Order: sequence, then structure tokens, then C-alpha cells
Amino acid sequence: MDTLPPLATGETAAPSPGQLRELYSLMVAVRHLDSSAVAWQRQGIIPGYAPELGQEAAQVGSGYAVDLTRDFVFPTYREMGVARAMGVDMVAYMATHKATWHGGLYDPMESRLAPIQAVVAGSVLHAVGWAHGQTLTGTADGKLGVALSYFGDGASSQGDVHEAMNFAALMKAPVVFFVQNNGWAISVPTERQVAGGSVAARAQGYGIPAIQVDGNDVVAVLEATRHALAHCRSGNGPALVEAMTYRRGPHSTSDDPGRYRSLAEERDGGGEDPLERFRQRLLADGIADEAFFAAALAAAKAEEEQIRAGIQALGPRPGNEMFDLVFQETTPALQAQGASWREESEHV
Amino acid sequence: MSSAILESGAAVAHGVERHRLEGHGVEELSMQQALNRALDEVLATQPKALIFGEDCGRLGGVFRITDGLQLKYGEARVFDTPLAESGILGMSVGLAMAGFHPIPEVQFDGFAYPAINQIVCQIGRMNYRSRGTLPMPITLRVPSFGGIRAPEHHGESLEALFAHVPGLKVVSPSTPHEAYHLLTYAASLPDPVIFMEPKSRYWQKGPVDFARGPETIGSPTGAKVMRQGRHLTVVAWGAMVARCLQVADLAAEDGVDIEVLDLRWLKPIDAQALATSVQKTRRAVVVHEAPLTSGLGAEVAQLITHGCFDTLKAPVERVTGFDVPYPSGDLEDEYIPNIDRILNGIKRVLEYRRG
Repeated sequence: MDTLPPLATGETAAPSPGQLRELYSLMVAVRHLDSSAVAWQRQGIIPGYAPELGQEAAQVGSGYAVDLTRDFVFPTYREMGVARAMGVDMVAYMATHKATWHGGLYDPMESRLAPIQAVVAGSVLHAVGWAHGQTLTGTADGKLGVALSYFGDGASSQGDVHEAMNFAALMKAPVVFFVQNNGWAISVPTERQVAGGSVAARAQGYGIPAIQVDGNDVVAVLEATRHALAHCRSGNGPALVEAMTYRRGPHSTSDDPGRYRSLAEERDGGGEDPLERFRQRLLADGIADEAFFAAALAAAKAEEEQIRAGIQALGPRPGNEMFDLVFQETTPALQAQGASWREESEHV
Repeated sequence: MSSAILESGAAVAHGVERHRLEGHGVEELSMQQALNRALDEVLATQPKALIFGEDCGRLGGVFRITDGLQLKYGEARVFDTPLAESGILGMSVGLAMAGFHPIPEVQFDGFAYPAINQIVCQIGRMNYRSRGTLPMPITLRVPSFGGIRAPEHHGESLEALFAHVPGLKVVSPSTPHEAYHLLTYAASLPDPVIFMEPKSRYWQKGPVDFARGPETIGSPTGAKVMRQGRHLTVVAWGAMVARCLQVADLAAEDGVDIEVLDLRWLKPIDAQALATSVQKTRRAVVVHEAPLTSGLGAEVAQLITHGCFDTLKAPVERVTGFDVPYPSGDLEDEYIPNIDRILNGIKRVLEYRRG
């Protein structure tokens, strides 16, 4: 499925060898941090985590396409790879999984990443509103900031996704709906979740051009996302990218996939490992060698250790923040509750 | 194109500013006109303010609150949305994140229910979730309460629901004057405000004093004594204030001197004003249209009890709607506190004797 009009020649360039190596390094960093985060949960370092094993290509490829000077990304809760590709402070990102602060500790305005949140279709409408704001202030000369809205096959069942697509199409809002179709909404497979064949097919009903892409091919994802971004930047309205991938692990560290799928199904559904596949391709094309891969893994390990140390060093937030950050202008009732907490708390 | 519209809006703004200066003084307006004037002023003075919702543009809103504003400020700043409340409120979040000041409208109170997820999980939490980096200066206008024999879902009293949500502020005007001043004030706040307009009062006229300052509005964040009295305080808000003032007139004929306190802000509640009034009168009745159980009257009664326990001569009484779905027009007058029920509530308090 590809209903996105082709780009003018030269509008997006193929990734350079340097960029391909950078993509690989990012994927290794994400893979290593992801599997480590699951281990941290088992070790009691963090209370919970939503793994993304197998989705590294979909996340790194799309996150790498973001222009940090003008775009804005709206995640849900399984976008660690996107955040890493965007250069978000990963200790601050992981703070949400450490239960330090809902939404994470990173600065959304600086990092161009909205806070993590768990109502999976909730942020899709935010992306449309933000994108409409770009239309109101910017000019459609190929320079519009674009909102990237991440959601999954499960979220696509929620009404907000449909309201968002309808609004975006009517308002010609520069928003890329980036769907990671990972085959599973916790225990429910896509075929019992998505009517109409695919999310991309639904987009057509709203007149939104869509691309369905092999979500396990990082270069294909990068190029599809760049294509969609370029389409939106020029004032053509929204686009949708549906990256077909597979959630190889559990939904979260509390989930037991053995209750709803067999190991054989998991193996078949996952297909070839996107990381290994990219490695083979880089080797075959002579873009990287074993020494590079070894160095990339070593860097990923060093980075993970730093992040672990960082989140282990995170203490609980000072309790007064609970009261101080509700409003821009606090209320007498909140002030009184804060004062009462300070008097009664042992943590002051 | 859109920028040009915004610029032309700014050009219009200067004209409106002059108009406002000329318009100083007191004018007799309906609440609908007062609200329209307030929105006009907000659009003129705040270049990032946007008004949108179902039928807000060409039609001027089903209650005509946004009448003429699209013509004056252009389709970029005052626009119609598709019929989807969650979409309207979700879009508001993104626009606020992009630096705009959204003033969305939900056409009728009952249609806020489809948007509750966006109101509660998103608008109410984004400032907190983002540690103050993504403020939500959203002024959500909700035509509220009953009294117009409307179809189902077109007359609801959602104040307790909204007030219970962390991160939201809630206010309801009772007169054209309050409507003008509270809306311009609410729209100046950096936090989300649910602005509950008593739709049964839209067409009632009253004097609007456009002058600013405590002499005309009192504390913009506080309650307001609408009638001084010595024997008992009636606390009300929105459409019920006018009815309670009528009740006070009737009671005065029997020599009962009632103070009527318009709570105005339903969150945060002005606990000091409640205490001040009831410490003087030593008796209180709370009147609201919403169902009794877990209604805002319980919160007000507790605040009065806490502020005036030693002073009170009787338990705080509540006169409210019932724990039933908002009834059809034919039964509406039975449901909404009427003069007799309010007088009976007052009587119960005045005649209370310790057992």
C-alpha cells in the first residue's frame, strides 16, 4: 500500500555510509538498553518497563528522520528507541520507568518530545492541534514544522485516532501519523484488532495518503518517514506511515506472552532480527566491518552503564513538587495541603 | 495565508481596543452579549487566543455567544470544527503546546462527557506531567445547567465532576456583569479553566460595569456577597444565584434577613468568604441543581463546618437536585430547587433545635 505521491527528485537523499553506520549504532544502543531495562526490572532497579525488542528499526528509522529544530514528537509509552534516536537524555527518559515522575524528567520543549503518557490515542489529537498551530504561524514553503504522532495497532481502535485523522485531513494539518503495527495489543493480535485490513487502509478513507513499510528495515523506515515529513512540510496536509513490525517480547515486564502465543508463533511472527539483518546488509555493502560492530556494541554497553548509574542515583522527587507543579498559579487549597504535608511528613 | 489572517486580526485589535476604551462605563446587556463582548476583548488583546468548536464560526454558536467574531477576526482565529468533542479538546492540548491560547466551546454540558478523557487525563495533567514546561492555558466554555426544557444531555450540572479533577479550575458566572469580568479574567490565566455558563440566564439583562478593579469585580478569584443579610447565608452559583436572591426578597417580607453568597469559583473555592459570611449569620444553606450525593454542596458544607464549627447554630443544609438522571422538561421544575424547596431548607435551619 502506497498512496503517498512521489517526491520531486532530490527532495530527500539516500542515507550516506556515515548515516547508515550511525543508524546501526543507534539500533545497537537501543537494543542493549532495552534488554538491560528488562534485566533492571528483574533486579529490582526499576518497577516496570515496556520492552520494544524487535521494533528497533521502526523506532530508530523514524526518530532519526525528525528535524529537531522544527518538528515535535508525540509518543505514548513504548518509544524509547525514538527518544534515543532524537538524542533525548535517557536517564530523564527512563525516570518514568523508575517511577520517579510520570511523563519522564526530560524537558519536552528542549527535546521536542512530549511527555510519555499511557492513554494510547490521547496524544494523537495533541499532534493534530500542534500541527494546526504550525499552519497558523508558518508558511507552507517546504519549511513547516511537522508533528509526528506515534501509536500502535491497538490504539488505532480508539475513537481519538479517527477524530484525529478526520480533523487533520480537513484542516490539512502537517502531521505524520506513525503507526507501529507490532502485531499485538497486549494479548490481542492485529487480525482481531484492526478492521479494514490495515491502519493505512483506513487512512485512505480520510483522504490521507499512506505508506505501509517493512518496519524491520531501518533504511526503508527512514526513507518512508522522510517522504511523509517532506509531504507535510510543503503544506499538503497529513500523511500516515504504517511500519509493519513485531513485538517479540512481552507487552510489559508484567506480561506473560506464553498465555496467548506459542514460542513457535513468536519465532515465525518475528521473522528475521532487524538488527542482524541490518548488520548483514552493512557487511555485504562494505559499509561496516566486524571491528565497527564490536565498537558499536562496546559503546552501547558503556552508555547503558552510565544510564543505569544515572537512574540508580535518582532519588525520589521532593514531595513539594507534588503540590507545586499542578498549576502554573497554585490555589489556596493546594498551598494548605502542601503545608499540611510538610508538617506531617517525615521526608521534609 | 494564515499569517496574513492573524496580522489582519491584530490590525482589527487596535480598533477594538479603542472601542473598549470608549465603551467604559455601565451598559445594560444580556449575559449572551456580555460574554460576546468578553470574547471580543480577549481576541483583540491576546493575539494567540483562538476560539473554536461546533458552529462557533459562521453561525456564531447555537447560543450566539461567538456571534460576529469570525467576521471580525477571520477564520484562522474563530473556526468551526468537526462534530467531535474529544477532537476539540485534544486539539486544544496541542495548540496550547504550540503556544496558543485555546478558548474551545463544548456546545452543551452533556457533550463534555465524550471529551472527559481529554479533559481529565490530558488537559488537567499536562502541566504536572511536564513539570510545568507545558502549561495548558485553555478556557473551556461549557453552556451549563438546566432550566430551558432542553433534550437529554443538553442540561447537566457537571461542576462536582470538574472540580474533583486535579489540575482544573472551575468558575460559573451568575449575572452579565460577572460573566464579562470572570471570562476576561479566566482567559488571562495560565491554567485550564472550565467556564460554566448558566444557559437559562443567557437572555437576562443586567448592568455591566466595564471598569476594572475591586470596586466592580471584588477579588477576581473569590466569592462575592450579592446581598447582605444577618440571619442566614445562602450559598449558590450560576443560575441558582438569581433564584436565591428572589428567595431572599420573599423571606425579607417575613422579617428574615438572608445573605446571598455567589460562590463564583467552584475550584478553588473561596473558603475565607464562606467563613466570613457564616461567622456573621451563623446559619447556612447551600443550593445547587446537581444531584445531592457527592455534590459540591457537601464540599461547601464541610468548608463552612471547618471554618465556623463553634459559631454554627444549625447543621449546614443542602437544597439540591436529586440523584436521578437530569429529567425531561416536564419534570425539570420538580428537579431544580424551586423557591418553595429553598424556603423550606431555610426554615429547617432557622428552626433547628439541638436535641
